Amino acid sequence: MAEKRKVLIDPIVDNNPITLQVLGICSALAVTTALLPALLMCVALTVVAAMSGAAISSIRHHIPNNIRIIVQMTIIASFVIVVDQALKAYAFETSKQLSVFVGLIITNCIILGRAEAFAMNNGVGMSFLDGLGNGLGYSAVLILVATLRELFGAGTLLGYPILKTVAEGGWYEPNGLMLLPPSAFFIIGLIIWAVRTARPKQVEKPEYQIHEVHRTEVL
Amino acid sequence: MAEYVNLFIQAAFVENLALTFFLGMCTFLAVSKTIETALGLGLAVIAVQSITVPVNYLIYEYLLKEGALAWAGLPDVDLSFLGLVCYIGVIAALVQILEMTLDKFFPTLYNALGIFLPLITVNCAILGGTLFMVERQYDLAQSLTFGMGSGFGWAVALVALAGIRERLRYSDVPDGLQGLGITFIIVGLMSLGFMGLMGIQL
Repeated sequence: MAEKRKVLIDPIVDNNPITLQVLGICSALAVTTALLPALLMCVALTVVAAMSGAAISSIRHHIPNNIRIIVQMTIIASFVIVVDQALKAYAFETSKQLSVFVGLIITNCIILGRAEAFAMNNGVGMSFLDGLGNGLGYSAVLILVATLRELFGAGTLLGYPILKTVAEGGWYEPNGLMLLPPSAFFIIGLIIWAVRTARPKQVEKPEYQIHEVHRTEVL
Repeated sequence: MAEYVNLFIQAAFVENLALTFFLGMCTFLAVSKTIETALGLGLAVIAVQSITVPVNYLIYEYLLKEGALAWAGLPDVDLSFLGLVCYIGVIAALVQILEMTLDKFFPTLYNALGIFLPLITVNCAILGGTLFMVERQYDLAQSLTFGMGSGFGWAVALVALAGIRERLRYSDVPDGLQGLGITFIIVGLMSLGFMGLMGIQL
């Protein structure tokens, strides 16, 4: 039971797919200009991650090793098609906003990375939980970034005004840069900084240090 | 002609896949430590992108699109929901073929590219290029230009980032920002720079 909880909870902060494993960054940056598409993307990715983990794990003994990538891709692509069609049927407007990024879940490295690293060696239930956990870790970062960008970029959350903008007679001057691509990079960079300050174990070793006695060594 | 030059510049700089659409970010961050490897991967991406986008265009136009199977006597069939599986299959197959061809005829180039060639299959810039081609309804010549342009832009951004990171090796970065964190900030600044190219038209 403890092990199961670890598989599920670990990826949320301690082994986060985005900030530590450097997986699935493309969509984390692209769909976060507003909270609603980001939420939809989280649901889509978590479903695909959990289902494809379980499916790949269930046939792992029958996949020949040298064609495993293409088998995994086909399984993942099938789940993405299902999710894509479901979104088009029930949330058409938001799925238009997500544009190509639902399709790009196929090449989202979280899914393939977890399939390769975890689902190929573990049982069905554990792989399902691992996919779920990594999906949730991804969602945590995505929701945080999207909240910051929508709140400060447009003064709204999920489309409802929170900070009343100057244009509507309020006091808040929206920061347009938040809605543009560069801010996503900055925010994720700063999140990584915050997480690594809180969890110093995740800090990367520098390749080269200027002084022999560096502040890391003094500490 | 001007239309194609314009599309090329648009795809390469104004709508740079890496810096404005965030595509291929994982490889972008992982393989930008030295200029040499970045160049190799960049060339491979240009090659694969210029082949896969037009090929996927042909598949979409003559097999998948609604009414595309009219030549086979099936005018009512709409297979466009199968798109994703087909494109990724085409990409995987093409990368495999390219790998074998290079291995046979240009072994030096093959060795230089090494592990990066197979990794291109899961590079979302490639699949993203194809999906944009479908969404924007390019024709064959346009999709070829778009493929080359977007691949070129991605490669330029990758090499530029690698150059910056090589210089950065000797700088004193705060502990928490070491490695991944500072790279994100740099890419953000680069993306800010590329935004200066917005609105360029020939």
